[in-house]
Amino acid sequence: MNIMTLINALPGAVAQGLIWGIMAIGVYLTFRILDFADLTVDGSMCTGGAVCIMMMQAGFGVWPSMLAATGAGMLTGLATGIFHTFMGIPAILSGILTQLSLYSVNLKIMGKANQAISVGKYDLLVSLRYIKGVPFYQNTIFVVAAFIVVLIAVLYWFFGTELGCAIRATGCNSSMSRAQGINTSFNKVLGLMVSNGLVALSSALLAQYQGFADVNMGRGAIVIGLAAVIIGEAVFSKIFRNFALRLLGVALGSILYYLVLQTVIWLGIDTDLLKLLSAIVVAIFLATPYWKGKYFSKPTKRGGNTNA
Amino acid sequence: MLELKNIYKTFNPGTINEKVALNGVSLSLNDGDFVTVIGGNGAGKSTLLNAVAGTWFVDEGNILIDGNDVTRLPEHKRAIYLGRVFQDPMTGTAATMEIQENLALAKRRGNKRFLRPGITKQEREEYISLLASLGLGLENRLTSKVGLLSGGQRQALTLLMATLKKPKLLLLDEHTAALDPKTAAKVLSITDQIVNRDHLTTLMITHNMRDAILHGNRLIMMSEGKIILDISGEEKKKLTVKDLLEQFEKASGEEFANDQALLG
Repeated sequence: MNIMTLINALPGAVAQGLIWGIMAIGVYLTFRILDFADLTVDGSMCTGGAVCIMMMQAGFGVWPSMLAATGAGMLTGLATGIFHTFMGIPAILSGILTQLSLYSVNLKIMGKANQAISVGKYDLLVSLRYIKGVPFYQNTIFVVAAFIVVLIAVLYWFFGTELGCAIRATGCNSSMSRAQGINTSFNKVLGLMVSNGLVALSSALLAQYQGFADVNMGRGAIVIGLAAVIIGEAVFSKIFRNFALRLLGVALGSILYYLVLQTVIWLGIDTDLLKLLSAIVVAIFLATPYWKGKYFSKPTKRGGNTNA
Repeated sequence: MLELKNIYKTFNPGTINEKVALNGVSLSLNDGDFVTVIGGNGAGKSTLLNAVAGTWFVDEGNILIDGNDVTRLPEHKRAIYLGRVFQDPMTGTAATMEIQENLALAKRRGNKRFLRPGITKQEREEYISLLASLGLGLENRLTSKVGLLSGGQRQALTLLMATLKKPKLLLLDEHTAALDPKTAAKVLSITDQIVNRDHLTTLMITHNMRDAILHGNRLIMMSEGKIILDISGEEKKKLTVKDLLEQFEKASGEEFANDQALLG
């Protein structure tokens, strides 16, 4: 166990954590703001990459390709939203249905299970190769960090608008929202679209970073997203109270997740067990508030200081 | 202002849980009427209010608000005409949003919501003076999360939200039932104050017969999905709780043995 191998691996972990951080922000929007456990992301976390890579292979530039990937992700959110609001299917099941159908859709987009894109032949925005030995503005960590800052600024603005407030109200209290004339179905669909758009954008960046899109690249994405959200909240919730800072906390949570993951790998734990470990960690973190309430209950201040 | 024409509503039709909640209700409210609604549990009071609010659609009959047929209008579109306060203080407000954000949501009831700011500076000034008029000290807590407020404060805030944009009709569904007597009295007096100030047409459900007599200019009593009593004007002013109990027994032909209804 050479400490240098770990240190050498850290920048890569940070870059991956940042890319997944965008995805985690998407999960935060549905899970915390919309109060909707959206399993669509396991599918849309591949759709974005698939669309991006196929477009670039077809000769489109990196920006139009990423834009199209984001758009495709929004469509996946639309599908889940329609399942849930128009067809009355429970939230979790709606996400599972979209996720399953996306497996076929993703295969059809790519034509096969895996499509590669070479950093030498295409002008990629981010890549494994752009971690060391490139000017800082080309460095993947810098590029994705800049992306996240811009995204958080846009989201901060958006959730302060009339429309954004309506989405927050919908997630917090739907009866109240309808009584105030808010179309809760529309807002749920819109929230799902924004969320999955972000997830697909993250997927497009990830596919470029690793140099390929794979039909299984989104498997378990929801758990990684939740892990980032939960770690971010656990570590930063005391200091990050403002909405923009909370989103930042989620992105940082994602970095922490990948740093821990990298360390665990360095410690020599069987990588086949990683998903099991992730799931257990997330389960324990999700259970903590429940256990606190049940076994360590003490007079607490009145309700809801978590979301929105 | 409000016109209900022969409304029927049955829950779980064709099952063992079938319940005829509204059995041919017709009611006409004049502009400025403040109507109190009483009746035992399961009499159809809340169902009546929910029918007007559009929580679901009625099986038969028509609902007109200010001359507009809203029978098939979804809940969020009907909200243009309605201000609502619910029995549960948690229902009327968004707990994780700030007091001012809740008010700003209510201010935009009936408007299309786009990318304009969710709240403006001028609004804040307006909210401060409105909150001050409640006398609950909320004017200094504009950015507090509503989840931190007490039940009474939340109901008062909900009342403010329901009437921030003057509604054609104010629906109060036992909005003081979950509060302690002192707070309930305070919320009721705020209700009177707002209703009188804006001359609001109001439908108020209550379990408390004395409140039903004291407030409003008209009283209706429901039983088994029907309106069995409709008293207004001078006749209502002379009512006593004892009269009401007698009337109830006469009209429904049964003992009115509901603890909550006797509490008045």
